[in-house]
Amino acid sequence: MPIHEKNLIRPENLSTHENLVIDGVDVSGDWSTFIKPRVVTDYNEGLQDEIAALPGGEYIHRCWQCGSCTNSCTVNALDPDFNPRHWIYLIRMGFEDELVRDKDLIWQCVSCNKCTYACPRDVVPEGVMKATAHWLELKGYTEKSPSTIFDEEFSSQVFRTGKIEDGRVMMGFFRKTGQSLLQPWLVEFVKKMLTGLPLGWMMKMGWATVFHPRTKGWARARAAIEEYAHEKELEHLAAVRGGHPEARFDPAK
Amino acid sequence: MDKKQAYKKVAYYPGCALEGSGHGYNKSTKAVGKKLGLELEEVKNWNCCGAMEVKNIDPKIQTYLSARVMNIAANEMGHDVVMAPCNGCYHNLKKAEYDLAHDESSREVTDRLSSKAGHGTYEAGQIETIHALDWIKDGIGEDELRRRVKGGLKGLKVANYYGCMYTRPRHIFPEKDQGPGSESTSKPHFMDDLLAAAGAENVDFALKTACCGGAHTLSDKDTSTKLVVNILKAAEEAGAEVIATECPTCHAGLEMHQVRAEKEFGIKTNVKMMYFTQLLGVALGLSPRKVGIPENASDGRAALRARAIA
Ligand code: SF4
Ligand code: SF4
Ligand code: SF4
Ligand code: SF4
Repeated sequence: MPIHEKNLIRPENLSTHENLVIDGVDVSGDWSTFIKPRVVTDYNEGLQDEIAALPGGEYIHRCWQCGSCTNSCTVNALDPDFNPRHWIYLIRMGFEDELVRDKDLIWQCVSCNKCTYACPRDVVPEGVMKATAHWLELKGYTEKSPSTIFDEEFSSQVFRTGKIEDGRVMMGFFRKTGQSLLQPWLVEFVKKMLTGLPLGWMMKMGWATVFHPRTKGWARARAAIEEYAHEKELEHLAAVRGGHPEARFDPAK
Repeated sequence: MDKKQAYKKVAYYPGCALEGSGHGYNKSTKAVGKKLGLELEEVKNWNCCGAMEVKNIDPKIQTYLSARVMNIAANEMGHDVVMAPCNGCYHNLKKAEYDLAHDESSREVTDRLSSKAGHGTYEAGQIETIHALDWIKDGIGEDELRRRVKGGLKGLKVANYYGCMYTRPRHIFPEKDQGPGSESTSKPHFMDDLLAAAGAENVDFALKTACCGGAHTLSDKDTSTKLVVNILKAAEEAGAEVIATECPTCHAGLEMHQVRAEKEFGIKTNVKMMYFTQLLGVALGLSPRKVGIPENASDGRAALRARAIA
């Protein structure tokens, strides 16, 4: 299926003429729309390096803009404005401001890896989406997305005890995002699940939310993981902040 | 074939989900293994493989977590094969295996964390990770399965749903796409093969490897509901009575958003979700209760009864 990316032509870059004749040729109507010529001066030359310094972004430089990622993308099929190829282009060109306009979309990547499967250049676009979402947060352009809050809730439980308990992750997530546990659909779902459960299981699951399942002798693993995670965080922050604002190319200066 | 021998007794890595919402999968996997004479030895004192969530925080921590599991199975318990029924666990162990074989810095981080945590390290190649599908397909095979079936699935119409993590990305599954006998990443068929041997009629289902939005099942609920509704409707349009699943996350995602679609958007679908091991179990003569079918949120007993299965 061909992709139609007309949505990328932003209204502010268009000029429309109802009646326009050029060299005796009437170019009104369908031919009356032209992209305004413009000179871009506000780009961030370090943008690609900033993304590449974050986990998942490592291979962004390989992209040759074939569009296979966008064409295969699960989220793009629901929302044409979700366009991994386009964002990779903006990053490689250093168009930070244009990228930031889509800041509330990028985190919606569902990590299905259809793009990674289709990409002929091993860019791992799924990783680039994660790195970009992460970058938007590190830069302060967005609050933590619900997805990041979920990842953090989940990971901190794994770091602490070695295991997760799915009910507990869900409750932690709902608490942190201010959602009610009593959403009617959820209550209905839990009811359906509980009706068939043998009593023994219910007790075991109830037990698990009180006495958290854990891996024995995990304390040293926990310390090692947390130390490493902390080092990485500082590295990521330095890589992103480091590129800003000094590395911003400003020809006016 | 020596896989038949190798898969007779394997290390079993149930993962966190099978101890929680995916207990029906755990129960049926064990019951079917027992019935077929395939032995499972649970990985001792295992930890979470890291799932997608830890990978998003830092992929190398996820590699370490999965490596710890493989180290126990291979080096402490002496197994050559570890079997994971959860797509997430299976995928992550495979991904760790790939990264440890190909990326120096992943090896360094795994070695560093393993030594600080006070246990041995895992080296690529020390164990083979397989999915529950490989386990039965290669450890038993369709012919043997056909012989063992009691009653069978009597032409039950099934859509086989494999989700994302069983086939993507391709590079972490070097044994797939290797010609006859191997699994395909574009059109997987191992589950279709097994269920056909058990007497099911597999419908032509285009969304086998579509994504249910599991990564955001709670954090972006509307997207997940839309993706799940697409899958459920496509299965129904193809004539399926049951969607067979092979992953606790996919299974729970379909069930949860089937309920949510009806409650929040008035979109009703009737197709039932069942783990492929539950279907194999009843085909082998086990009762639905024995394989945990009543414990699924979408209780498929009526669908089975309608065809006088079990
Ligand atoms: S598929 Fe790969 S090479 Fe093609 S546009 Fe997407 S990232 Fe770039
Ligand atoms: S992983 Fe993300 S970007 Fe890639 S196809 Fe899936 S939703 Fe689209
Ligand atoms: S993928 Fe899911 S089930 Fe498997 S170990 Fe990790 S959290 Fe647990
Ligand atoms: S749960 Fe959904 S997103 Fe995850 S593997 Fe299964 S289909 Fe894909």
